[in-house]
Amino acid sequence: MDTEHVSMKTPLGRVRGLGAARSGTQHFWQQRLTSVAGIPLTIGFIVIVIALLGRNHAAAVQILGSPLVAIVMLLFIITTVYHMCLGMQEIIVDYVHDDLVKFLALICNTCFGVVVALASIYAILKLSFGV
Amino acid sequence: MADTKARVARPLSPHIQIYRFMLTYLMSGFHRVTGAALYFGMLLVVWWLVAAASGPNAYSRVQWFMDTAIGRLVLLGFTWGLIHHTLGGIRHLVWDTLHGFGPSEREWLARATLAGSISLTVVVWIVGYLVLGGAR
Repeated sequence: MDTEHVSMKTPLGRVRGLGAARSGTQHFWQQRLTSVAGIPLTIGFIVIVIALLGRNHAAAVQILGSPLVAIVMLLFIITTVYHMCLGMQEIIVDYVHDDLVKFLALICNTCFGVVVALASIYAILKLSFGV
Repeated sequence: MADTKARVARPLSPHIQIYRFMLTYLMSGFHRVTGAALYFGMLLVVWWLVAAASGPNAYSRVQWFMDTAIGRLVLLGFTWGLIHHTLGGIRHLVWDTLHGFGPSEREWLARATLAGSISLTVVVWIVGYLVLGGAR
C-alpha cells in the first residue's frame, strides 16, 4: 500500500516508541489516580460544605482554618483541579481541530487550573495561619 | 501525504442522531457535560474560599448570593453534577477492571448512576436544610 507506512520496526518496538502522541498511558493513569483519590475527598468536601451552611463568617473561618478541615480541603482542591484540567484537555483535543485555537485553549486550560488552585490554596492557608 | 492529494470523498460514519436512543450513551454524555460544568463550577468554590479569607463583608456577599433563587439553583446543579460525575467515575473504574460490559450490566450501571445521583442529591439537600435549620 502506502510506502510511507512501511516500517522496519516490530509492533512491539512501535508501541515502546510511544507513537505520534509522544506519551504513553500517563494521562490515562493520572486521570484514574485523581478520580480514585477524588471519591473520599469529594465526600469530605460535601460534609465540610454542609457543616458550614448558615454559619457566620467567624464560625466559617474557625472551621475552615482548623487543621483537619484545611488539609482535606487542600487535598480536594489539588486533586480536583488536576483531574479537571486533564479532563478539559481531553475535551479540547476531541473537539478543537484548528491548531492555533487548540493550543490557545490548552494554554487557557492550564492557566485556569493554576489560578483556581493557587487562589484556593492561598485562601485556605491564610485562614489556617490567621494572617 | 493524504492531504497533498486531491481530497477523496470518503464515506462518513453516521452521526449520533441516526442511532436508537440508549441510556448508556446519554450517561456517557452526562459524564462529560457534568465534568465540564464542574470545571467552571470550581470558580464558585474559589469565590467562597477567597471571600472567607477576605473578611465578613465578602463572605456575606457569597451567602447572600447562595440565598437567592438563582444561587440555590446553581448550588443544586453543582450538587447533582458533582455526585453524578463521581458515580459516573466509579462506573468507569468498574469498567477499568474489565467488568460490567455485558448488555444488562451496562444498562444497570447507567440506571444506577442516574438513580443514585438523583437520590443522593435529595439526601444531601435534606441534610443541608436540617443543618441550616439547626444553625439558625
